[in-house]
Amino acid sequence: MIKDEKITKLPWNALRRLLFLLCLGIGGAFLSATLVRFAPGYGVQERELDPRWSAQSIEALRQKQMLQEGLASYYMHYLSALAHGDLGESDSLKRPVRELLRQRLPATGKSVVRGLGIAWLAAALLASPGLASRGWFYEASSTAFSSLLLSLPSAVVAMLAVQLRAPVFFAIGVVVFPRLHRYIRSLLVRSYNQPHVLAARARGLRSGAIFCRHVLPIAAPPLLALLGVSFTIAFGAAIPIEALCDSPGLGQLAWQAALNRDLPLIVNVTLIVSLVMFAANSLADLTSRAFAGSVQ
Amino acid sequence: MSPLQKTAAVILCAIFLLMVLGTILVPAPHFHQFRDVPNASPSTAHPLGTDALGRDSLSRLLYGTRVSLLLAPAAALLSTMIAALLGSAAGFLGGRFERIVLAVTDLSLALPWLFLLLTVRAMLPLDVPPMVSVVIAFLMMGLLGWQASVRVVCTAARGIRDSDFLLLARSSGCKPARLVLCHVAPNLRSLFYAQFWISIPLFILTEANLSILGLGVMEPMASWGNLLRGFEDFSALGANPWRLVPLILLVIVVICFQLVLPSQEVTQ
Repeated sequence: MIKDEKITKLPWNALRRLLFLLCLGIGGAFLSATLVRFAPGYGVQERELDPRWSAQSIEALRQKQMLQEGLASYYMHYLSALAHGDLGESDSLKRPVRELLRQRLPATGKSVVRGLGIAWLAAALLASPGLASRGWFYEASSTAFSSLLLSLPSAVVAMLAVQLRAPVFFAIGVVVFPRLHRYIRSLLVRSYNQPHVLAARARGLRSGAIFCRHVLPIAAPPLLALLGVSFTIAFGAAIPIEALCDSPGLGQLAWQAALNRDLPLIVNVTLIVSLVMFAANSLADLTSRAFAGSVQ
Repeated sequence: MSPLQKTAAVILCAIFLLMVLGTILVPAPHFHQFRDVPNASPSTAHPLGTDALGRDSLSRLLYGTRVSLLLAPAAALLSTMIAALLGSAAGFLGGRFERIVLAVTDLSLALPWLFLLLTVRAMLPLDVPPMVSVVIAFLMMGLLGWQASVRVVCTAARGIRDSDFLLLARSSGCKPARLVLCHVAPNLRSLFYAQFWISIPLFILTEANLSILGLGVMEPMASWGNLLRGFEDFSALGANPWRLVPLILLVIVVICFQLVLPSQEVTQ
């Protein structure tokens, strides 16, 4: 009964999330436009100060600026451009933001996916055998190792990666791994302490069978939800890593935009990243709920 | 408290004491340049040597420790207060207010925190005096770092919403503001402490990341993040291993904070 109820609610939940994503997009676009419009220095063109420009050219620049001066017309202009996929132009790089995103997003996406692959594999491999065998030394040393990595700033990991000539995705994996390891470990501890798992152990079931048949079904839904969260962590880690490893990705772009106070660029990058992250988190959450429903 | 937690607490106290006594121990102010001895090795005059500009590394380390260890808890206090206020009110009032607060929280949690910090930092002028940059860096973290705590506080507040003591207080004519401040908040005190302790190492690491990227504490002010910028040339560390001291200190402090944290049952 509960299972049926949960499964029938899934499409409704998915629709709600989709609507929220749409509202988030529109709200985020308004917020982005507001931030750009009211930031100090808006409307002042550097070219106006250049003595090589003639008075006529400067006047033409000002006229172009006048078109967007009214607040309502500014918002209309911004939103209509956005509807056509135009995210504006970067102040510092003098290139369309859309083009920059199209160039940089795949590089970061690839690094993040590979890094997550490494981090998940390492975290799962280190967390599960220690708990299955309950060896205190193995458990203590793996926890100490992950605590040490957790205490390192991502930027220091990036500098180490540069020194060791390690790829960007490896550095992202190193940053994400301890966070995953800690969560997966506590989740597995809780699952292994369930009465039915203890009963299965007492009956002499093999550790592999206990893990696959009894522990994994309990741990899978939160693990799927964690997958969404790990994407957020990995994207966050990509900023210092790409910036310091000189990798041409979204993280480096955001860092350069922040250093140059390039608001149209940083605001739009943040908006796109937040939309992607929210979609990934929603997908992970819905899959986790669907799985939990089917297990029940 | 386990022996490991006690050890971590003692180490933290020792580092805090060192930070307080820093002004007496240091050979020179953190910004003073000994121009005749740049990049000097450790000596009696400069126990940790000097940096490329001839500034005493020990002075800078102690000053940086003070900046990081005083302002990270201050930012953690600010973020915990915001989380306590929002989370308690959302959990206690429920309904539409709770849904809105949780939606905003979910949204903020989905967004990588560093992207948000960079966006806000980009809005503010970069050429600010060093002291202002310190305040901006930690104020930004305090004002933007409350999301994870709100969710935890809200869940706990929701749990005590229908408890008997609140029912009694409500029937005695207690107003909502008084209920939240005098009845809900004191019952969540242990949770607030836990969230406060969790936030401190997070803010220390975030400050380090921002300062290494040139968007946190500005020179000549010292902070752990600023001191770690010298690691960009790792090859020099082999010949000058004492330059690793700031990183070792940061790792020790963060690990100690992790160990001192209350048990997971309280924090979840």
